[in-house]
This record gives sequence, C-alpha cells and structure tokens, in this order.
Amino acid sequence: MYPPKFDYYRADSVDEAVALMGQHGGKFIAGGHSLLPVMKMRLADPGVLIDIGRIDGLRGITRSGNSFRIGALTTHATVAAYDDRHFPDALKHAAGMIGDPQVRNRGTVGGNVAHADPASDLPTVFLALGATFHIAGANGARSVHAANFFTGLFETALAENEVLTAVEVPAEGIENGSAYAKLFNPASRYAMVGACANITVSLTGECTACSVAVGGLTPKATAAPSVGAALVGKQLTDDNIAAAAALVLNDLGGDVMGDIHASAEYRRQMAPVFVGRALTLAGHRAGWVARLQKNVKDVAGDVLEEIERRLRK
Amino acid sequence: MGNYKGKSMKRVEDPRFIQGKGRYVANLSIPGMVHVAIKRSPYAHATINSVDTAAAAALPGVVAVYTGSDFSNVGGLPCGFTPPGIKTPAHPVVAVSKVRHVGDPVAVVVAENAYIAHDAVDLIEVDYTPLPAIVDAKGAMDTGAPLVHDDVPDNCSFHWPLGDKDATAQAIASADHVVEMELINQRLIPNAMEPRACVAQWDSFMENMTVWTTSQNPHTIRLLLGAFTLQIPEHKLRVISPDVGGGFGSKIFHYAEEVIVPWVARAVNRPAKWVSTRSEASITDAHGRDHVTHAKLGLKKDGTITGLYVTTWANMGAYLSTFAPLIPTALYITLLSGLYKIPVIFGETYGTMTNTVPVDAYRGAGRPEASYVLERLLDIAAQDLKMDPVELRRKNLIPPNEFPYQTPVALQYDSGNYPALFDKIEQLADYKGMRKEQEKARKDGRLVGVGFSSCIEASGPAPSAVAVGLGAGIGLFESGVIRVHPTGKVTVLTGSHAHGQGHETTFAQIVADELGVPMEDVEIIHGDTERTPYGVGTYGSRSAAIGGSALVKSAEKIRHKLTLLAAHLLEADPADIVYDQNSGKVHVKGAPDRAKAFGELSFALTTADKLPPGMEAGLEETSFYDPANFTFPNSAHVAQVEIDRDTGEVTIQKYAAVDDVGKVINPLIVEGQIVGGIVQGVGQALWEHGVYDENGQLLTATMLDYAMPRADRFPTIQVDRNETPSPHNPLGVKGAGEMGTIAGTTTIVSAVMDALAPLGIRHLEMPLTAEKIHNAIKAATSNGGGN
Repeated sequence: MYPPKFDYYRADSVDEAVALMGQHGGKFIAGGHSLLPVMKMRLADPGVLIDIGRIDGLRGITRSGNSFRIGALTTHATVAAYDDRHFPDALKHAAGMIGDPQVRNRGTVGGNVAHADPASDLPTVFLALGATFHIAGANGARSVHAANFFTGLFETALAENEVLTAVEVPAEGIENGSAYAKLFNPASRYAMVGACANITVSLTGECTACSVAVGGLTPKATAAPSVGAALVGKQLTDDNIAAAAALVLNDLGGDVMGDIHASAEYRRQMAPVFVGRALTLAGHRAGWVARLQKNVKDVAGDVLEEIERRLRK
Repeated sequence: MGNYKGKSMKRVEDPRFIQGKGRYVANLSIPGMVHVAIKRSPYAHATINSVDTAAAAALPGVVAVYTGSDFSNVGGLPCGFTPPGIKTPAHPVVAVSKVRHVGDPVAVVVAENAYIAHDAVDLIEVDYTPLPAIVDAKGAMDTGAPLVHDDVPDNCSFHWPLGDKDATAQAIASADHVVEMELINQRLIPNAMEPRACVAQWDSFMENMTVWTTSQNPHTIRLLLGAFTLQIPEHKLRVISPDVGGGFGSKIFHYAEEVIVPWVARAVNRPAKWVSTRSEASITDAHGRDHVTHAKLGLKKDGTITGLYVTTWANMGAYLSTFAPLIPTALYITLLSGLYKIPVIFGETYGTMTNTVPVDAYRGAGRPEASYVLERLLDIAAQDLKMDPVELRRKNLIPPNEFPYQTPVALQYDSGNYPALFDKIEQLADYKGMRKEQEKARKDGRLVGVGFSSCIEASGPAPSAVAVGLGAGIGLFESGVIRVHPTGKVTVLTGSHAHGQGHETTFAQIVADELGVPMEDVEIIHGDTERTPYGVGTYGSRSAAIGGSALVKSAEKIRHKLTLLAAHLLEADPADIVYDQNSGKVHVKGAPDRAKAFGELSFALTTADKLPPGMEAGLEETSFYDPANFTFPNSAHVAQVEIDRDTGEVTIQKYAAVDDVGKVINPLIVEGQIVGGIVQGVGQALWEHGVYDENGQLLTATMLDYAMPRADRFPTIQVDRNETPSPHNPLGVKGAGEMGTIAGTTTIVSAVMDALAPLGIRHLEMPLTAEKIHNAIKAATSNGGGN
C-alpha cells in the first residue's frame, strides 16, 4: 500500500507544531493508526504531515486533585494497563478493547478522539465520563467539554491549527462506577454498538447520578440523557435497569447507521441490550460499598451493635 | 539417530521465520530494478472505449506505460482442467476491449520506485461504458442475465454430471422420508499472510528469464509461462518460489502478474518487481467456494440412507482460473458419499461465469462443499426422524471390513475404521455428557448446541492416468532426489513446495530415517526449477503422501546401491548384508563388526577405486512417484456452542476432533495443521464472506470488512487421532492439511443449528452472524414457535 506523496515535518513542541501547521497546513500525525490506513488506500491526501508523536510533554497519565489528565500521545496500551483504583474502569477497559495489541501499542488517545471515527470506543466513554478536552493553538489554550467536542461524523471542535494536548477525566470515588460494553464488528473490532455508563450509587444502593452515552451506531458519540433520568432515585434492580436502558432509543436520533455487518435496525435493537449491560456492570462497581455495608450487617450485625453500644458508654 | 518419524521434532525452518530472516519475493532487490503497478478496473463489467496514459507517462520517474494491446505477443491465461464439452473463454493478461470484474488489469505502469508507479496509476484515464453485471452463481443462468462472454451462452461454461440419475431419482421418489433443501456455500477470500509478489530478471545476452514468484508449484508456472503465456522456451526459463508465506490454494494458479512482470523485464531490459497490496489481493487472488446447491436425501424410516441427488451451481467468476473447473466437479461430486454407504448418488454441477474475481481451489477445494451438503442433510434428517444425529450417522457408516470401498461416485476409499473413529470422538468429547449438560441448559432457557460432523477427504491427488482422464492438463506425480555428498551429508531435492507446511522438517525426518543418518545432516531444497527436477508442487494435501513417497523410493535405491557396495567391500553375499537404518551402518548379517559406515560408503563412491563391476561412481538417486490412488483421511468432530439470546452472538465452548490422517511423521506439525484448519473452517461458519453487491462491487475488499477468525474466539481445541495407514503409499500417510477446514465448518454450523432447533429454526445460511441468528430467534419466538 503506497500513500500519495507528502511532506513531513517533525515538531518537538506544541508551539512548534502549531507554527508548522500555520506555515504548511496539512494534518497532524501521532500514532498514525487512523490516518495512515486511509492515506495508503488513497482515500486521504493531506499533502503535509506534521508529526507530533515525539513531543514528550504530551505523553502519560497524571493525577491532579480529583481528576486524571491523559496526555494526547498516551497509547491505548498505557491506558488499558493503568493501575489506579480511582481511574475510570470504563476507560481502562474500553482502551483494552481497541483493535489488537499492535494497534494499542501505537495508537494514541489524542489521535483517536481527534479522528472522531463514529465506530470508535473512546469518544463514547469520554462523553459518558464528562471529560474535558484541552487544546492548544495559535490563539492560546482552551478547554472544551466532551458534550461540545464531538460535532459530527469525523468532526470535532478542533480547528485546523489546533493541537489536542490532553483529555481530563474525573477520578472515581468509592460511590462511582463506570463500564463500557461493546458489540464488536467481527472484522475490524470497532464498535457496532458501544455503550458507556457512569453511575453514582448512595450507601443505601440508590442511583444518585447516571450518565450514559452510546456510539458505533450514530454519526458521532451520542449522549442518552433519557436513560440516566429514568434511573436516578431508583435502586439498580434488573427491572429498573432494563426499563431505563430501553429509553436509549429516544436519544439515538434519526441517523442510526447500518452496513453489511449489522443493519441499522439490528443496531437499534442492540442499543438497549448494551446500555443495559454497561449499566449493570457500572452499578455493580459503584455499589460495592453499599453491598459491603449490607453484607457486614447481615453477617455481623449483632457484633456491630455491640461495638457501637460499648463505644457509646 | 534414527526413529525420527512419529516424533514431534521442532520445525527447523522456524528460527529463521520467527526472527524475520525468511527470504520472500518481496524482500528481493536487484540493482537497476523497476517497479510495476497495475491500473485495475473499478467496474465489474464495462467496455473500454479508450485508455489515456499520457499524463502517467509524463510523470518524472515513470519508465513506461503499457495497455492491453501492447501484450498482443503473449498468450491468454490457460485453464488446466478441461473436461469434455467445456467452454473456455479467452483470458487476456491485460484487458483490451472489455473488463469483466473489479480488479481486471487495464494498464501497466513501470517506474523507478513503487510510489511513483502508484502515483502514475492514478493519472491514467480510462473511458468506460459500464454494462449490467451478474454476480450470482445460479442467477447467471437465468434468462436475460447479462452475458459475461459472448462465446459462453447462458453463462454456463460446463455441466458435469456423475452417477446414475434415473436410479437416484427413483430411490428418492420411493423413500420413506426425503430431506430436500437449498444451501449456499458462500464465497471466501483466501488471505494468505503474505500477499503475492513477482520479480523477474532478463538476461539479454543468454536470453534467459528468471522469475521469482509466490507460487505453490514453480514447475507448473514455468510450464504455463513457457508453453502458453510468455512463450519463452522452457529451458530458458527459471522459476523460483523462495520462502512463501501461506497459500491455502490461492498461490497454485498462474496469474496475470506472473506474465506481466517478466514481459516488462524483457521490454525495458531491467529487472522488474510487483508486490500486491492487501486490497489488491482481495480483487485479484482467486476466491474460494461460492456454490448454490439443491439437494435431496432419501431415507428409510429407520434412518438408512437410500439415495442422494445433488444439483450445484458453482460460481467460476469472470474467467476460468488454472484449475477452477476441477474443484466443483471431480473434487466435489465424487466426495458426496462421505463416510456412508449410500446405494445411489447422482450429482451434477453447472459452472457459471459471473462478473466476479475467478474462483478456484481454496483449502479443502470442493471437499468442504461436499461435506457441508451431506452433513447438513443428515442433521436435518436426524431432527425429522427424531434420532440422535450420531446414531443416524453410525447406522450408515461403511463397515471396516468393506475396505477398499467403491462408492457410487467413482472413488475407491483406501482404508478406515469409522466406528472406531466415532467411539474415540464420543469418548474424547464426552458426547453423552455434553448432551446431558445441554438438556439442563435448555431447561434454564439457554441456547446451547452440540454439533457433530464426520467428513471424508480425498487427498494427495492422484494417479496421473485418472487425473488426465478426467480432464487435467498435467500428471500428478511428484519428484524426489537424494544426493549424498562424499562425506555422507545429504541434500534432498523435492518437487513439493513448502509455504508453511514444514517440509524442511518432515522430509528431513523421512530421509534421515530411511538412510540412518542424523537429521541435521539432511537439507531439503525446494522451489527452484533449476535445482529440482520437474515436480508438481504442493496442494490437495499431497506432499507427504506423494513427495514424501518419492523420497522413500529414492532412499530405497540408495540403500540398494550401498548394500551391493558393502557386500563387495566386505566380501560377502549381498543377501547376507543388513542395512541398519538406526545407525546407517551396513554390516554382514550376524556380524555387526563386519560393517561399513554410511560415510565410508559414500566416500568409497567418490574415490571410486574399489567399486564392484558395473557399479557407477557417485551416490544420487531420483524417483518420480505416482500414487496408485488418492488417500482418504476422515474425521469426526464435536463442538459445543452457546448463543446469546439477546444479541445472537455465538460462543464456542468446546471443540474436540479425532482425525484419521494415516501414519503421522511429525505429530506437532500435524496437530498444527488440524487446529489451524479447524480455525479456518470455523471462519467460514461464523464470519468470513466475500460479499458482492448487485453491481459487482466487492464490499469486503479490506480487512476492515472481511472478518477473519481470531484466537480469542476459540476454546482449547482437543485433538486426537484414529490411525489407519493408507495402503497406497510406503509411508502409510494420508493428507493432513485440509481435514480441519472441512470439518470445522460443518461441525460449528451443526452446533449452532442444534442450539436453535428447539425454536423450530431449521436452517440458516453461513456465515452465522449475530444479526442473522438474532433475527431468526426473534422471528421464531414472535411466531410463538418453540420454547
């Protein structure tokens, strides 16, 4: 596979990358796992590639306060292997479901979301997690919320001469849980339906907040507020989850996509199934303290009462 | 030393492959080499009004641009299997007036590097008038279907019937129960790991042409280049297939690029190279399968089969590829008897032309299609007659005492013990336990299925006389040379070709055992027409049975010569000489000390001063082994699957396989072949499908859309063997390369359909995708059927 001719520049800093883009135009390239295949198939002919792949400051995950900052050049493999119990499970697991090990070792979080493939996993996850996208450009830095970042099919809020520098996601407390469930395209392993749920559960087992997004079947990652609204204030029973998950159909819009692997109708039918799975898993993860408390009470309620009585004395 | 056969020797070729040191055609670089890229038709069917190459030719770095009319001095690509009555349309190397499938070559660019060549391809303007296209195997014969070739009326290239039509129709008409169904065996794209490539070098002084190509059979390619296409005399042609990364049949055939590249090398008098891209491979490498079949199976109430009547429409694609008509005829209809005693069988195939990539042999080639038809019919018969599918099959097995067994469709099976095969698989898989587990799961509302299939293969084609009698253009023997050097080291030249099969290991095991020398003293050379004698090559699981046997024959000649020499040197009667194959020592019977070592004897044939009268110096023997018959590997496989009711996705929970591939030379390699084959077969059952739309556009031309099997979709596959040696070759081996592919498909389809049976779902076409299954479940449950 032979791409058309292009000029290549390597940027050593974000400022240099932005300057090179202003000077030459073209496309930024990092891991190259979205851009190179379409160039090799001669479906894209950017003319100029500005390689931002070696800008050290854009690599890696750091915890600051109540959030994690994921450098745009962080590979999927790094995210999938990231070991911190406050790091969102949905993101960690979704990154591990991308492509195959070779792709995960080269492909970057920033490249993935900037490409905004509708079948990609991470946009769905970032939308449900309420991520913030940090952007640098000729006119300075700005931040965009996930709800405003993905604007359409292969389209984002990034201007042509802007570089995505990091994605920031909230850390998960003990009352939070998130999960990603995916119907794999059997050939490409992209999502035919991807669903992410981000849930907060009270100590009494009641859902107090719930954010859901779906991808793979719509032109861009799509929020499903109807689902969350139906679940807040309720216990996470199978019935409540199923009833809420079914409401995702209200949020899909009219542009559900289909292809030879899965028709639009099938994907539509699968959306509640995978939303339900994500909700169940996220609820399970969020609800462990409530469950633990209940279990301890069941098993050792008498002892706890005795301890409490003595402490009061 | 000795007794290598039967041992799991590690593959001697692996260290170079896993370290990236293999030498493939694409690795070749010759100073001064030009690069070839090909402009291909984007239409499935169109007339070419004009080809404007001016802009391409003007691009700096472009050496030459050629169109179809430039190739008027080469012959069309020939078809090497032509049964009586066949219509063989012309197959120009580069299209001149008409294109007939997406990917048909239209123009050829020669440039200083591959990038420039591909840029120039984009600059060629072709003016087409698109024509209506036909892609469907059966629909191609409908009245009013677009005609692919003017000289092939009704798009029907051939009709190939076999068996007693009237008696079979009669048997079906008078059967207690008839299973009648329409089945589709979908089109597959081979996807060998290494895409095809070709390099050619013309020696204008000697007028010799050397062609490096990714072929499973370099001698066949040389023959076809010499006699049909390029028409350079065969003794001036050298064809080399170095390391080749898989073929699955797709690298048997003579392709246009193998003509174009040497033609270019001669035209521009520089070495030339073409390497296929993966997307190009999808629209140029011969595809596999693509049958539509109508079948009827007659049975008695007790499950005894009384007759089988099969009509198949086999998609040949736009042109007849090298062996295309052989696959759905002599390698398909003849296999319809399976492991069963079927009193009468009639089978017929219509080979039809369509606006698609040509279809030819793909791992299994005809035999998977035959097993699929028969095994589907038997599963449905078992359902209808309320019998266990294994019991129904057992009832009809050919008994062990009836071998050799003559089927009603031409073949004579060599050996087998099918009841023992069944006993072994039932035990290995715990078939009865699986059924109990299934019963329990069904009570819990789960869709668990148990699949069973028992398949036959005819491998190692075949006696040359039979093959040529059926329409083959060449005999199907194999060559083998053993060259012993003065120091006793051994070079082996084989006409077989390894492209993943491990011949360098297996053949060394055979020769080392036959001669009694260490394996590391034996080197296997293959894939070069100038080094090895004329050979037929590797396909149809023929290498061990035929290529290996040729080496056994040559080793016998070596031992005979050394026995005579030792007798002379030891002053004994040849009848009293023992050749000890464990040590390579040749000694007097009862006196192991009166001996000559292998190396001493080979050296004595080099000094040549003390040879017996009449014995020639040197130690090299050649054999051309032509088998007495095919060998008939057979198998019984069991799988357990579970279907996700919500999504329709299939999970394979268990898979067990018992295969009879005769004697085994290297169990490690055989197990790899069986497991790899199963995975490939399951690929067809669940995922793989070469999809054309009605305009002849291939919708699955990249890996984004063509779904290959992946390791994470499989449980550990349990493999065992039921060995019945083939009497037709001195090694007792049967083919091991394709059995897994044949059985993998039918076993998994059987399991999925078994899981869905309680819902009243009788048959779904492959691939059994999640959506297809989901929709069937939905339709079945909304009709109130099943539980």
